[in-house]
Formats: sequence, structure tokens, C-alpha cells
Amino acid sequence: MEGRKDRKSTDAKYTTVSIPVTLYNRLKKIIEGTGFANVSQFVTYVLREVVVDYERVKEGEEVYSEEEREKIIDKLRRLGYL
Amino acid sequence: MISSPHGGRLINRVVKGSRREALAEEAKELIKVEVDAGKASDIYNIAVGTYSPLEGFLTRENLQNVLDDYRLINDIPWTIPVVLDVGRDEISNLKEGDDLAITYGNKIIALLRVEEIYGWDKREYARKMFKTEDANHPGVAKALKMKDFLIGGKIDLIEIPEQPFQKYALTPVETRILFREKGWRTIVAFQTRNVPHRGHEYVQKAALTFTDGLLIHPLVGWKKRGDYKDEVIVAAYEALIRNYYPKDSVVLSVLWMQMRYAGPREAIHHAIVRKNFGCTHFIVGRDHAGVGNYYSPYEAWEMFDQFPDLGITPLFIRESFYCRKCGGMVNAKICPHREEDRVRISGTKLREIIKNRVRPPEIMMRPEVVDVVLSYGNPFIE
Repeated sequence: MEGRKDRKSTDAKYTTVSIPVTLYNRLKKIIEGTGFANVSQFVTYVLREVVVDYERVKEGEEVYSEEEREKIIDKLRRLGYL
Repeated sequence: MISSPHGGRLINRVVKGSRREALAEEAKELIKVEVDAGKASDIYNIAVGTYSPLEGFLTRENLQNVLDDYRLINDIPWTIPVVLDVGRDEISNLKEGDDLAITYGNKIIALLRVEEIYGWDKREYARKMFKTEDANHPGVAKALKMKDFLIGGKIDLIEIPEQPFQKYALTPVETRILFREKGWRTIVAFQTRNVPHRGHEYVQKAALTFTDGLLIHPLVGWKKRGDYKDEVIVAAYEALIRNYYPKDSVVLSVLWMQMRYAGPREAIHHAIVRKNFGCTHFIVGRDHAGVGNYYSPYEAWEMFDQFPDLGITPLFIRESFYCRKCGGMVNAKICPHREEDRVRISGTKLREIIKNRVRPPEIMMRPEVVDVVLSYGNPFIE
């Protein structure tokens, strides 16, 4: 996979990840004629698509307490939302 | 399922109870910087989680990354620089590591933990943010007038600033609870700075057909001259919803946030913000957040391709029009008729009609909405 490093390693915006050459070749074929300029761009795109699912908060894991929730529900009722 | 907050955690930097009292006392002794309504709304939006994952104003590295790569340095998509500008005279005795009191209307509203004070290149900022340095662009004009230094750092909100339309001002936590109570799992958000015409109604209802609920979320706050006044937009939507929408499927709430007119960048920002409110889908308009001819009509749609990790689904609904042969609102994909049968609804054309105090035809705008708009002597910002 093509990697690019900036002059100072501490400022690097890109790093290198190893993938099998066979996979690289398949990906290279897939991106032919698409808007992806190279395999790195495509891999970045796909990984970002995947990573957001892993970072998703589980339902019910919210930041408010039961007391806050009840207060908010009262407010929403008062305002006519519920 | 309701969207996860952007970055995985809904930020809450509103200080309450005894800590609030202690900070309010401490703030009296600090250097103070007064902000305008736009910045006050930014501070409020950071504190209540509208701008999650931001916890404060951008530091230099984050600003540069947002301008260059449309992302924060932790790789999370973020397209609009949320910065605090100050003048040299305001910060002559301030250094990194200090706390700063932020006032709005001469009242202390927040504390800023000063992480970094830095100079910036306004022209570079304008060029990257707005894709132009033309001072006729309202965003550029505003940016060039900003002060010479930026301060980055986390904020703590100690006083909720007064904001317009209190009744309709819901926070992300409140909409999330509201959607859960209503049993909605899919919610589409509609961003607007206009009074609704039939085209808006068409796209909203088309989207609502496939989701559990619709959040109509007009921006209130700074806008350019010639845009509709906030009170006109809100009253017009009240009339539209009352007469034409199923009450159980629609929520009208306002978002206190300034327009930037940054086109595609701002479209992404508008989507991220609505994700924080719990929305799962976002309607992206034609020339979304655009102004003049600075951005091509569908540039914003294309920009969404760069963000597979946005976590909210953009809905691109084609421009609609009234077709005399079809007898209703349609779009080019579903209407086979000729251009002569179609009545195009343009916001600019409607503004001209209304400026002349003429009633737009019903096929362009609902009569109840027209009544509201014309009840204002001048419905536009001067």
C-alpha cells in the first residue's frame, strides 16, 4: 500500500499498513475507472466506513440520569411536544 | 436506531450546582472578553453537545486540519472551524494555561481554559473555507473583519445565554429523549433558513414517507441581508404544520446557530449537527448553504462521498416542481411531461413576489403560509 510520510515523523499525516500483495492487486482492479486515485485512498475510505460502526454507541448508553430524563420529559410535555 | 453522537459521546460542558457557583465567583476576577450573538451561540452549542465532539474552540493544529482535510486531528469528520477571535489589546495579560471569562451582553456566560493563543491568516482561512477571497461573499466579508488572534481551549458554560424562541429551543439530549418517547427509530432532519414553499413541503413529505419522524430545524441567528427574519420562518412553519402535516410525525424546533454560507462544507456540518440531535437521515438541498454563484448547485451532494464515516444518511432529493398534467408536486424522475407543463418554484422568485406584496399562487406556496408572511410589514432582514 502506498504511504506518504511528512518530513518530521511527529507531524506525519500518513503511515504504512501492510496488506497481502494479492489483496492489493484485487483492490487495484476494483478501483479502475472509479474516482479513487490509488489503493490507499480506497482502503482509507472502506476503513472509515467500517470504523464508524464500531464506534457506534449502544442503544440506551446515554449521558443523562433517570432524574434528568424525567425532568426533560416534563418539560417536553409542558411545551406540547409530548 | 437513533444516531450515536458524533465521535461517540455527547458532550456536556454545562456546569451546574455548587461548581457553577464557584466558577461564577472565580470568573469575576479573570480577564474578560465580550462576544457577539454568533460566538455566544457557538459556546452554547459546544456546551450542550450540538457540536460534539468539540469541547471548546479549535487549537491551531485542529483548525489547520479542518481547513485542509475536513477532519479533526483525531480523524473525525469536521468541516467548519469553530474559533474564537480576539484582539491583541484584549489578551495582553493573558497566557496559555490561564482561564478567560467570556461575557455576552456584559454578563459572564462561560470560562475558557486557554490552551493556545495563535495568529492566523484570514485570507488563507477564507480561501479554504469559502473557496474564494471575494469580500462580496458574506462569509468572507465576516471573516476578514475578525480579530487578529485565535484562542483554542475547552469551555465551561456557567450561564445559559438568552436565545430566541425559547419554546422551540431543544438541546440534543432533549430531542434524543423526545424521539425515544415517541418511539421513533428513524428521523429525518430538514435544515432551513427560508419560509416553506411547496417544494420544501414535497421533499419533507417524500423523506417522511420512509422514516418514523421529521425534525424541521430552522436556523435562527445571524443571517445575511435579504434572508427571511427568524420570526417569519417560525410562524410560517407553525401555519404549515397546523394545516398540512400529521402532528404525531413532525417536530418543529429551532437551532440557534449562525449561517456561514460555506456551501458544501456547511452542508456536512449541518448533517453532523443533526446527527447529534439524534437524527438518522438528513435532507441535503440543492445549493445547500450556498450563496450567489460561489458553489455549483450539487457540489454539496458530491462532497458527502468523501465521508463514509459520517454516521448519518444524506438524502438527495431532486428539485421538485408543480406539473399541471400530473396535477401535483413531482420531480424530473417521476414526471414524463414537458417543460411547458411545469411550474418551477424558486426561492429567489418567491422573495421577489413577496417583496412586491403580491400573493404567490397556491401551487407555489400554501395560502396559510402566505397569510403569515404578508402579515409582516417587511419579512426580510434589512
